[in-house]
Amino acid sequence: MNSHPLAQLTLVRFREFLREPEAVFWVFGFPILLAAGLGLAFRNRPAEVLEIGAVTPQLTASLRTEKLLDVRELPAGDAGTALRTGKVVLVAEPGANGTVVYSYDDTNPEGRSARMLADRAVQRAAGRQDPIAASDALMREPGSRYIDFLVPGLLGMNLMGSAVWGMAFGIVDARRKKLIKRLMATPMPREYYLLSFALSRLVLLVVEVGAVLGFAVLVFHVPVHGSLTALGLFCVLSSMSFCALGLLIASRVQTIEAASGMTNAIMMPMWICSGVFFSAQRFPNVMQPLIKALPLTAVIDALRANMLQGATMAQLAPQAGVLSAWLLVCFFVALKLFRWR
Amino acid sequence: MSPNATKAALRVRRLRKTYKDVVAVNDLDLEVRPGECFGLLGPNGAGKTTTIEICEGLTPADAGEVEVLGMHWASDAKALRQRLGIQLQETQLSDKLTVLETIDLFRSFFQQGPDGMEVIGLVQLEEKAKSRVGNLSGGQKQRLALACALVGNPDFLFLDEPTTGLDPQARRQLWELIEKFKLSGRTILLTTHYMDEAERLCERVAIMDHGKTIALGTPRELIASVCAEHLVEFSAGTHAHPLDLAAVSAIDGIRDVQHENGSVRMQVTELHRAVPALLAELGRQAVPLTELRTHSATLEDVFVTLTGRHLRDE
Repeated sequence: MNSHPLAQLTLVRFREFLREPEAVFWVFGFPILLAAGLGLAFRNRPAEVLEIGAVTPQLTASLRTEKLLDVRELPAGDAGTALRTGKVVLVAEPGANGTVVYSYDDTNPEGRSARMLADRAVQRAAGRQDPIAASDALMREPGSRYIDFLVPGLLGMNLMGSAVWGMAFGIVDARRKKLIKRLMATPMPREYYLLSFALSRLVLLVVEVGAVLGFAVLVFHVPVHGSLTALGLFCVLSSMSFCALGLLIASRVQTIEAASGMTNAIMMPMWICSGVFFSAQRFPNVMQPLIKALPLTAVIDALRANMLQGATMAQLAPQAGVLSAWLLVCFFVALKLFRWR
Repeated sequence: MSPNATKAALRVRRLRKTYKDVVAVNDLDLEVRPGECFGLLGPNGAGKTTTIEICEGLTPADAGEVEVLGMHWASDAKALRQRLGIQLQETQLSDKLTVLETIDLFRSFFQQGPDGMEVIGLVQLEEKAKSRVGNLSGGQKQRLALACALVGNPDFLFLDEPTTGLDPQARRQLWELIEKFKLSGRTILLTTHYMDEAERLCERVAIMDHGKTIALGTPRELIASVCAEHLVEFSAGTHAHPLDLAAVSAIDGIRDVQHENGSVRMQVTELHRAVPALLAELGRQAVPLTELRTHSATLEDVFVTLTGRHLRDE
């Protein structure tokens, strides 16, 4: 049986990838673990309860009417120590002539909050009536949480990492083993070799984006407001741009060490500047045009706009332009530089 | 020109290749006839690999002409690649693939040829068809590399040091496979720095040194051209009763007699005549023979005679 060379080459790419358990973990497992870990760390918890101390049973009883305070009754001698060591953020004790004295650190926001809550509870217990009735509307919408901001960033980082690494490592390893040279000694059409990398990437992309996105949507209820088609097209475009970048890195390098150094040198600035974990807007204004021109920034901005704001394809045109430019420039420069041996 | 020259499988004219200040191939001429196994023999750095890779269309030459199966790399590369089987020195095939997957990959590049399992059978790796390449022994890997060269049913096989680094048993196994392939009447060009390999496999041999051919012919011819076919060494005589060397030298068919530390070394053309004559002469002189050894001259002796160096000297 003689199958098509492109099919065989692409199959080889899959086999080599799937038979490397570490690679499978870094591409699929790691982003999910990272999202899970960060999602847990930054989850929106119910408003925090503040721990305070009171020295008389009377005060303790009136303070306990406030749900946001966890009141401990302390002997007067221990109260100071508890405050100093941070076990409580405030201590309430009776002063002279029926007054109340609050001891707390006014530079600590928790201390100030506790002061207000404690005083309100004490006054209300003493019979104070609020002149204006007020009620609370709580804002805990999906889409404005940290995990919602984070998932598009992780997706973009993953798209970049797997494409650049897959391309650069695969080609440099084959060159180092003189496998490329051996293939050149057969009638294999050269373009099929490069095409097999792109094809296998596209197939793995579906699984990879599906896994991370599916996890985020199911577990953290991260929204996808924009169209899934636009999201998919954007992932394909960005993956191809990063493949071209990987190809450029791999065009001449002879050793894995050199390839890995170059790959890290190129990706590290983008991990930091392109807004994976925090908004790229935090960098000074002078840097913004430069940051906007980075491919990872374009990907992440577009993914966030699609998922969180429901941006249309047309609204993502600037980012698509940046990515297409990277794709074309990297690809043609790489072809010029590429060494087939 | 001889009639053979017009239908040479490979013809190389005034080939030249320079790397920086090293001349790797220096105005080399070669001709390989259809159906023969031709050996490029020489020490490391003689220019064998550069020459074979230029012939394989993998390395461009600085000057000179290469014609393979009547075609040229500049104009007929695509057609040529379909008809050549190539084994490179030191290719590491992917460890993660199985033997059959590797063969199927290479097979897919060729328009015609046997199917995967058939090629694996040719190199006797049937039992390993489903094993990962990474788990094969050195000899098995080398046989797989040979199989990758055979997938396209090639008319011309290029083998660059096919047995370097293998143990003697694995080398013999590979030689048998190459001999089997020779029986099918196809042409082989192989490089080696083992003279026994060249003597066993090759109809004709070119000895290369410093990018040039310094001798060309059948292994027998080459050996005959520089020295007699056999070397005889013996020790005889005592202090009290020394050997008369002049009488030994005078025996017909014995030449180049050298005396060294009580041992005598000489060249003979016909062992079956020289040895009885020698024994008769020793009997006439009544000196006891204490040691007698003979060995056939090899291509190694040819190389040493031509260059004053051994083949395996780096």
